[in-house]
Amino acid sequence: MSHPQAPSAPADPRGLDLLCRTLRGRIIETSHRTQTPHLGSCLSCVDILVAAYFAVLRLDPNAPQDAGRDRFILSKGHAAPALFQVLAERGFYPLSRLDSYGEDGSVFAEHPPAPRFLPGIEAATGSLGHGLPIGVGMALAGRINKASYRVYALLSDGECNEGTVWEAALMASARGLDRLAVVIDYNKWQATGRSDEIMALRPLAEKWRAFGWSTCEVDGHDLAAITRRLSEVPDGSGRPVAIVAHTVKGRGVSFMEDDNNWHYRIPTREEVERAKVELGVAG
Amino acid sequence: MRNAFAEEITRLGADDPRVVLLSGDIGNKLFDRFREQAPDRFLNCGVAEANMMGVAAGMALSGLRPVVYTITPFTTTRCYEQVRVDVCYHRVPVVIVGTGAGLSYAELGPTHHSCEDLAIMRVLPEMTVFAPCDAVELRLGLRAALAHDGPVYMRIGKRGEPVVHAAEPAFALGRAITVKSGDTVCLISTGNIMPVALEAARLLAGQGVSARVESFHTVKPLDGERLQEVFARCTVVATVEEHGRAGGLGGSVAEWLAEASPVRARLLCFGTSDEFMHETGSQDYARRRLGLDAETIARRVLAAVSTR
Repeated sequence: MSHPQAPSAPADPRGLDLLCRTLRGRIIETSHRTQTPHLGSCLSCVDILVAAYFAVLRLDPNAPQDAGRDRFILSKGHAAPALFQVLAERGFYPLSRLDSYGEDGSVFAEHPPAPRFLPGIEAATGSLGHGLPIGVGMALAGRINKASYRVYALLSDGECNEGTVWEAALMASARGLDRLAVVIDYNKWQATGRSDEIMALRPLAEKWRAFGWSTCEVDGHDLAAITRRLSEVPDGSGRPVAIVAHTVKGRGVSFMEDDNNWHYRIPTREEVERAKVELGVAG
Repeated sequence: MRNAFAEEITRLGADDPRVVLLSGDIGNKLFDRFREQAPDRFLNCGVAEANMMGVAAGMALSGLRPVVYTITPFTTTRCYEQVRVDVCYHRVPVVIVGTGAGLSYAELGPTHHSCEDLAIMRVLPEMTVFAPCDAVELRLGLRAALAHDGPVYMRIGKRGEPVVHAAEPAFALGRAITVKSGDTVCLISTGNIMPVALEAARLLAGQGVSARVESFHTVKPLDGERLQEVFARCTVVATVEEHGRAGGLGGSVAEWLAEASPVRARLLCFGTSDEFMHETGSQDYARRRLGLDAETIARRVLAAVSTR
């Protein structure tokens, strides 16, 4: 890592806090360079992605199709700009491949492409409500094939508007898919307003509980806490696991945090620099 | 056809441990043998077809060969986006079966009719669209579909359809089967309405008009070679399908014809019109009501032949 450590950084033996800040910087930089939106949604789930890919998921970037790998589905496909950075950093493809980001003909755009087009992608998403049913299918296949891999799906809170999320929740529960986990990036916003106001989302954790999921709530920016929760799958309950991760949209940059304009806004050059200074990854 | 499907999928499921049968809370008794044979590979997915289609895609992405089964509108229009994104864009081998082709469930009303499915399924990239005319084609097609490395939509009938093929014909998806030879007219039929096409051919023969009958069991990919042949040899080619005239077999052939080099024959398309049929009645009543009976077809073909 060539970026300087911020002086105020807490103890971080694995370097994941610094990695999160570095990736946030790259995501913001890329948004500016390629005019790619959904910055707020990307920044709210960086810590979850980093915890998953760097501390929890059992996978080998050199064998991305290995039958026994853990599966991670970014069901909130509009956070692909964050996932693309994480997968490069994890070694699925060289960082330099991201140079083509946003160019005509590039595989890197606003949403994850089908898996055959980019290693590390488990499912093409972008239309919301698709990732969890696919994850249920993968978890059922694992059971049929007597495999021990785990399946994670990261959803947004706005995505929980979609009926298929709840259809899948019912089926996973009926089948006791204890190697399946859903993580809700609960940043309290959706594209055009507060997620609790547009649809009656609250109480979200209670809804998952009522659907028969082993449910917990966690600070979605606490790497240690997320890592622990993600690691506890299966958790011994015999039920699928729902992790409601409380997050802040635009996390990490003071002038983006909890400001829904950054669902679509593209940062100026000057804003990119200010953000990187705040993140301690300038220069 | 439902029973033939249940028997054949049970046989195929015994041979191949990757075969998984997903049902949308129907066909419980129908699949008892499959369930006894492989309880972990039969999943009643409940009345949640959009989820079921995504589940099937996830299974196929994990190396299984899922077969999704419910009534036609519910494996097509109900979950169209999941078919498009989860199945087709991922290019996974999911066999999507719709039972109750066309007007098979005439008495259940328009919610259960399917006169748009061939059209909407064939426009999806990667999708193969198959409509067997009888139990023989169904069995052959199901085997081929499970061996195919991509999505297949299978539109099957209900029960009691007559057997068309006395013996197993040579079969490949995308290759039409000549069911009856003839010279002047060619009736191109897909799916469960084949007996009506054969009866129309018999009526035409009674009027001194020799009619060939082709089973276009695969609507996509379309057998262009066979079309080239029949359009060169005959004076009238008529498509016959229990499906809307817009976008189905007739639409496919019309698209082909628009780009074909000049041909001899004129095209007629028999199918349902641009309406929901709200009157209840039997499948035969519905066919007559919509001009899909053998007499109407023979009469209109005869009129076209006489003007050539």
